[in-house]
Amino acid sequence: MSDFEPTIVAFFCNWCTYTAADLAGTSRLSYPPNIKIIRVMCSGMVDPQYIIKAFLEGADAVLVSGCNPGDCHYINGNYKARRRIKLLKEILPRFGFDAERLKLTWIAASDGVLLAETLTELTERIRALGPSRARSTMVI
Amino acid sequence: MAKIARVAVKDRDLLKTLRGFLKTLLSKGKMDAVLVPCRLPMKPVLMPTLLSDPAELDHADPLSPAFPLNAARIAARLTRRPGGGKIAAVMRPCEIRAFVELVKLKQGRPENLVMIGIDCLGACRNRDYARWSARAGDNAAEAYARAVLAGETPPEKFEPADACRICEFPTAEAADLSVALYGVEVEKHVLIEAVTDKGKAVLERLGLPAAEMPPARAKTLQQLVEQRRAERDRVFEETRSAVDNLEKLSRYLADCVNCYNCRVACPVCYCRECVFTTDVFDHEPAQYLKWAEKKGALKLPTDTLFYHLTRLTHMSTACVGCGQCSNACPNDIPLTPLFRLVARDTQAAFNYQAGRDITEKPPLAEFRDVEFEEVVGLGADETAEMEK
Repeated sequence: MSDFEPTIVAFFCNWCTYTAADLAGTSRLSYPPNIKIIRVMCSGMVDPQYIIKAFLEGADAVLVSGCNPGDCHYINGNYKARRRIKLLKEILPRFGFDAERLKLTWIAASDGVLLAETLTELTERIRALGPSRARSTMVI
Repeated sequence: MAKIARVAVKDRDLLKTLRGFLKTLLSKGKMDAVLVPCRLPMKPVLMPTLLSDPAELDHADPLSPAFPLNAARIAARLTRRPGGGKIAAVMRPCEIRAFVELVKLKQGRPENLVMIGIDCLGACRNRDYARWSARAGDNAAEAYARAVLAGETPPEKFEPADACRICEFPTAEAADLSVALYGVEVEKHVLIEAVTDKGKAVLERLGLPAAEMPPARAKTLQQLVEQRRAERDRVFEETRSAVDNLEKLSRYLADCVNCYNCRVACPVCYCRECVFTTDVFDHEPAQYLKWAEKKGALKLPTDTLFYHLTRLTHMSTACVGCGQCSNACPNDIPLTPLFRLVARDTQAAFNYQAGRDITEKPPLAEFRDVEFEEVVGLGADETAEMEK
């Protein structure tokens, strides 16, 4: 097991996934400290630029998580997020950012256990994948 | 419903014929003005010009390989609100396709514009055009057009722009009227095809004799497109391997000085205010110092890669491959192949083609209930699979 500690930037929607993180906390469920959570009101407000910036700054992975389709607090934000992630997954891998480093999940407010499991799993996968090249390259 | 008319070419003067045709648009076609590249009076440079006086059309030159800027932006300015009159705009296929994209973004309106597409013979970069036309002399446009249409080498060491060498859209499929030159006997006539109902209405007013499209045209176009596609694929392959990791991409863009000329020149870079010119990127001096301390060395200006990656994300689904980005770059960065390469993937991912259909919505302007399931979830554990 390598001693590399990945840094995973996570954009969680306020109404679903962030609430699930709260629930995981109050239920005393553990998940790795490698996840840096940024609360946004909706997964649909995650501008692709935030994701690109995270990768350029050396994030080993980026996770965007929101409500399940049909359950978005703002009706259709998560559908827009899905198209944006699809777009980024067409662009970023071309330049060496492994597609496995960008993830989109739907985690509902009551899914505290699923959240903890997802974050644990993701951390292990990214640990195995190794550090992002942006950490060791000069980014112009 | 295609209606085709014939305009006779007299004295083998193709340019004069085209000028004459444009004049009839004002007299019989009931157009208020014509937008067409014209020779400026003070210097033999071509710029898009709006003309309402038929006599001024003697300076029009839609044949020259000059392509100083993408006129889609001009057409958008002339039509962004009603009241600009009925305009016939002579545009290259890529300009028409870019205008279609701007209409989708509500930055232009097609109602009072009649788009006249002329078969595109290819163009050169701004810095090359002035020198080439000085060498090629007075009849440069005619000589150039005849050579290209005959499949010969154009005179005086003509260098087409990278974008034109790999462009597979030599005809204006989305125009209202399409002026056919390829595969047509241009010593005798040019053929005008009405593609839309609007175009048909205009053509009918001109009272030109009817004609048939010769079979040679389809064959000539097919050969040309195949040639361009082969060249395009070769350039894409070269570009692909020149940018396939972060260091290589940085090398490709290392000469960039953040002038943002490519953004200004791009007809479909649609933001009224680009985020890179706002105070989001007006970093605090203390922040620069912190970055320099954290990273050891900080190349300035910052956010060069960020800027290009953002542009790719924002406009690659609308990219029409016109080449103005490369044309505008003061440091000769080959932006067109890079942007076209990414655009091919992003447009294909959404089953979309920029400029193909004015009724088709841009990919990020719509969504479905169930789609792209493959991007959701952690997916199968590929690293575990590989270790087995």
